[in-house]
Amino acid sequence: MQSIIKVRDLSKTYDSGFTALNNISLEINRGEIFALLGPNGAGKTTLISIICGISRATSGSVEADGSDIITQYRDARSKIGLVPQELTNDAFESVWSTVNFSRGLFGKAPDKAYIEKILRQLSLWDKRDARMRELSGGMKRRVMIAKALSHEPDILFLDEPTAGVDVELRRDMWEMVRELRESGVTIILTTHYIEEAEEMADRIGVIRKGEIILVEEKAALMDKLGKKSLSLHLQAPLAEIPSELHGYNLSLEQEGTYLIFSYDSSESDRVAQLLGELSGLGIGIKDLNSSESSLEDIFVDLVKEA
Amino acid sequence: MNIYAIRAIYKFEMARTFRTLMQSIASPVLSTSLYFIVFGTAIGSRMGDIDGVSYAAFIIPGLVMLSLLSESISNASFGIFFPKFSGTIYEVHSAPVSPLEIVAGYVGAAATKSVLLGLLILLTARLFVDYTILHPVWMLVFLVLTAVTFSLFGFIIGVWADDFQKLQVIPLMVITPLTFLGGAFYSINMLPELWQTISLFNPVVYLVSGFRWAFYGVSDVNIGISLGMTGLFMLSCLMTIGWIFKTGYRIRT
Repeated sequence: MQSIIKVRDLSKTYDSGFTALNNISLEINRGEIFALLGPNGAGKTTLISIICGISRATSGSVEADGSDIITQYRDARSKIGLVPQELTNDAFESVWSTVNFSRGLFGKAPDKAYIEKILRQLSLWDKRDARMRELSGGMKRRVMIAKALSHEPDILFLDEPTAGVDVELRRDMWEMVRELRESGVTIILTTHYIEEAEEMADRIGVIRKGEIILVEEKAALMDKLGKKSLSLHLQAPLAEIPSELHGYNLSLEQEGTYLIFSYDSSESDRVAQLLGELSGLGIGIKDLNSSESSLEDIFVDLVKEA
Repeated sequence: MNIYAIRAIYKFEMARTFRTLMQSIASPVLSTSLYFIVFGTAIGSRMGDIDGVSYAAFIIPGLVMLSLLSESISNASFGIFFPKFSGTIYEVHSAPVSPLEIVAGYVGAAATKSVLLGLLILLTARLFVDYTILHPVWMLVFLVLTAVTFSLFGFIIGVWADDFQKLQVIPLMVITPLTFLGGAFYSINMLPELWQTISLFNPVVYLVSGFRWAFYGVSDVNIGISLGMTGLFMLSCLMTIGWIFKTGYRIRT
């Protein structure tokens, strides 16, 4: 897979002495949706700010679509769109003028038809003459996205795109992000909503205390690190786990009426083996239920471990 | 050169002017008209000519300079300060725009507004005082040069200021006194010799003097020195702005 962003040995230490990023290396593949997860203060926004040209790195390098962000900043920045975390906007500007301003700023000739298309896609066309201060938070967030898309970027950074957005709008945005990916745009998003990453991302990176601690395909990550659990409702309660079953990670719950088998995703074949052994021991089963850990559980475990 | 970016910033800033027409244009024109009425017509009628020019006509270049300096600084400083304050500066930083293009957009718009305002004040003055412009081209050169130079200075103040009070402090505490003591209302030749020497350290003296020469052919200091000092101040501002972008001082973390 071809990389569209290459981050090499990137570090950022502020004048105060605080190290926000510590020797980060990361590659983002062209056309993917990459979710960057991390607790508050982990360095997500700093990383995005450096790639987009807002902050300066202390050391290291970044290439965007083959262009160095410092020496070839014009080429690099013209490829990138950014939706920042904060809802910053020019309160007295109209939606139409602020989106057109962004297009011009990024060196593109005016294109009314294209701006109209974006505004319609984001359900903002009816609000084109409204001033920014008249819009709701959700609408402002849409305008920020329209501004970021106004110069037709190949790479889109979404820094906490759905923070403070209601469920309906969040679903709309997810849909829009998928459509953008379909059109060839590479998307990098940071989020606190693990559900968001689970729903959309192709790959996931976890950052903690300024260091990337993991980058993995979402499916492989869940497969590798996901915990599964099989809950067996027994026909008769057990006083204790039979010694023949000590090779399994088992526990008894609800006064021995439930036998719980916890296993890694890679051990799925042991389920049939366990059921066979239970049958051989004459332990009858009324019902069974299986569950697996969510990305959120995995994330919490990772951040705790690191 | 990212011409579209310069145009976008320029249009954005000019739109702000027209959105706040009362504050941007009407208010300075009104206050300058009051100066003409009080100092020009009422008090001026009781004063003698200075260098062969009636007092009412004599103060016109100084009054235009007074507005030009304060409006250039105020427009340019607010233009760059407000995006910093509101956070929208992120967009300028993340755009493929060079420092020169950013300055051209913000300072160009601020200087344009100031020049338009200066010309409007001159037109307004015509309602109160009869005056001539001996060297109209040089008058425009001084007008534009001063507007650009002090817009550059305003840009520096806008970058330096991190609150609204700091935004006001330099124009109020430094520029206004320098303008009033820079010969806007008198010729520095009217001062005792010591104060004449001290006045020569005031950069506004050279601006007012040069501008007045363009009107009436009389000046407190040599016209070449006036132009040279204005150019020197502009160069200092450009070098300071270059340093700001190189180091990221108060503009980029």
